[in-house]
Amino acid sequence: MAKRYPDGNLAVEGVDLSIEAGEFVVLLGPSGCGKTTTLRMIAGLELPTCGSIRLGGRDVTQLRPAQRDVGFVFQFYALYPHLSVAQNIAFPLECSGLAKRQRDEIVERTATRLGLDDLLARRPRELSGGDQQRVALARAMVRKPSVYLMDEPLGTLDGLRRLEMCEFLREQQIAARVTTVYVTHDQEEAMRLADRIVVMSAGRILQAAPPMQVYDEPADRFVAHFVGSPGMNFIAGEVVGNDRFRAEHGGLELPFAPRVEYAGSGVVLGIRPEFLRLSNEGPLRARVIADEDLGSSRALHLDSECGRLVARIAAHDGGRRGEEVRVDFDARGVRWFDAEDGVRLPA
Amino acid sequence: MSESFLTLRGVAKRFGATQALSGLDLEIRAGELFVVQGPTGAGKTTLLRTIAGLERADSGTITMGGRDLTTLSPAERDVALVFQNFSLYPDWSVRRNLEFPLRAPGRALDEATIGKRVAQAAAILRIEALLDRPARKLSGGEMQRVAIGRAIVREPRLYLMDEPLSNLDAKLREALRVELAVLVRRLGVPMLYVTHDQAEALSMADRIGVLIDGRLQQVGTPREVYSRPVSELVARQLGQPAINVFSAQRSGDRYLAGDGTPLCPAAPDAPSQASIGVRPEHLEISESLAELSGSAARVELVEQAGPHQVIVAHWAGQRVHVLIGRERQLGLGQRVHLRVAPDRAVLWKA
Repeated sequence: MAKRYPDGNLAVEGVDLSIEAGEFVVLLGPSGCGKTTTLRMIAGLELPTCGSIRLGGRDVTQLRPAQRDVGFVFQFYALYPHLSVAQNIAFPLECSGLAKRQRDEIVERTATRLGLDDLLARRPRELSGGDQQRVALARAMVRKPSVYLMDEPLGTLDGLRRLEMCEFLREQQIAARVTTVYVTHDQEEAMRLADRIVVMSAGRILQAAPPMQVYDEPADRFVAHFVGSPGMNFIAGEVVGNDRFRAEHGGLELPFAPRVEYAGSGVVLGIRPEFLRLSNEGPLRARVIADEDLGSSRALHLDSECGRLVARIAAHDGGRRGEEVRVDFDARGVRWFDAEDGVRLPA
Repeated sequence: MSESFLTLRGVAKRFGATQALSGLDLEIRAGELFVVQGPTGAGKTTLLRTIAGLERADSGTITMGGRDLTTLSPAERDVALVFQNFSLYPDWSVRRNLEFPLRAPGRALDEATIGKRVAQAAAILRIEALLDRPARKLSGGEMQRVAIGRAIVREPRLYLMDEPLSNLDAKLREALRVELAVLVRRLGVPMLYVTHDQAEALSMADRIGVLIDGRLQQVGTPREVYSRPVSELVARQLGQPAINVFSAQRSGDRYLAGDGTPLCPAAPDAPSQASIGVRPEHLEISESLAELSGSAARVELVEQAGPHQVIVAHWAGQRVHVLIGRERQLGLGQRVHLRVAPDRAVLWKA
């Protein structure tokens, strides 16, 4: 599937993706990567320039949104201001042919699950942004479409609410297994929610895999840096002999290397922050330039002759801003990437 | 301990029926990055605007470097305010946007000084290559850097930042918060930064002030406020997932949860009723009693979060969050044992 806009901008470039029934797939990437355009094409709000979309075996490429049986939750809640919360939630059921009693029951059950019981009689303008968002979510959930399409539905919620809603969505998914395509730029949200994460950049899919597989075996440097907080560290260098790595800048040498066929050629070593440790025997000297408290742990930002690195350490471990430290590399966390195109090399 | 640079004493501000700030006392030290964290509507923006002189306090005093600011106009205060919305002139070049505050009437700076300050700010923010580009052609992150650059060229005595990163992508925010913190320390000029984002507050601050309902609830280093929050309200402002809170009864030398689950030891003079807070990383989990003592829990949800995982479990009669390393494999519905890590419970009087 591809989408070129009249101004020539190629928003989506050859996306191939198949999603299983009951699967929760998250399209993840920075702004402008094509994730929202992809979702809008699935919804029928945009027509692809080329390619096709099949839903449950039916070709829907040319169908209008209403004919596709999809439930769309937008980033910005669009509630009917003149209707009460209960009426807003019930709205999609109006044409369902269900008796009023059944409709009321569904609305009540959904409202309870989302903690909206006490708000059912209110109007949208009397609600906080977060509550409005939950009403929008409830409205999408009373129907049972064959697919939920969600475009950053938690976008306007702050911290804890966001986390609660993530948990709620995940629990819903485990219980009800409705096929869902969900768009976000937030990698943490993606990790928590997804059965499978689809990482996009510049209109292309870079990787589609379960969260921890994306985390542990990223397809390339972009994915490795984008997924994980803070992202993966990289050091450019070359393989010397057939079992050692030498950094391009500074004298760092490490006793591991990718497969023998890369001997003598340029590679990039990647390592996640939790696999860097402070140790008096560490081979790399560095200075701590920022010391981030992450609550349950800390991130030390290090200036070294190999460039900027980040180490994730325990909350109460040493290493403060301004200190000189030595850094050690845990071999289990080392990944290798091609120096030219950034693709991950087999270990 | 370095001296106080900015001092607020008893600052109050009311809008109609809303008390935005109530009797606020605050000291910001020379060179300090002070983060005011709190929920939407807590009074954060009012606080900044009052210091900047855009709002007038109903009562109280504000002094900066020993000088009373209360009656000074915004321009006379020599502070630079950066907003969430970048408000750059879209058709102007980055250079012209940066020069703008320096060409304000009354500044009377010569061209050489203007050129030098713009070049310095551009170098600090690494936007030299963008100087001749129109602002509308920039990415969100680049625009925010220019907005900060526009504050830097003024060489103010104090930076005031109003959620400057909250319109940016998560990934960019994460990078810029570190950049900004490094920058402040390099400039050596104090910064008052307000945000609702707990991660930003913990990450950037020398000290955090938690502001709720117009009152500063607690001031301290990120570690102090995170580890020893003065109230449940403050405890819930920092840390994700949120702290677990139990209402507990003292029974002899220990506290029990409502369902009788033992939580932690109690001192002889401890109150008979208390709220007990336990951070998710301070609940310990085991699959058998042989591994560690504890009481039964049921796993309800497992969420992967990279280097660790979040377990939602039913324990002590309620839903709890447990943060553990990624190695342990737990399944939904699995029976496990939980206990509070020794000396990690936080106690508040009920």
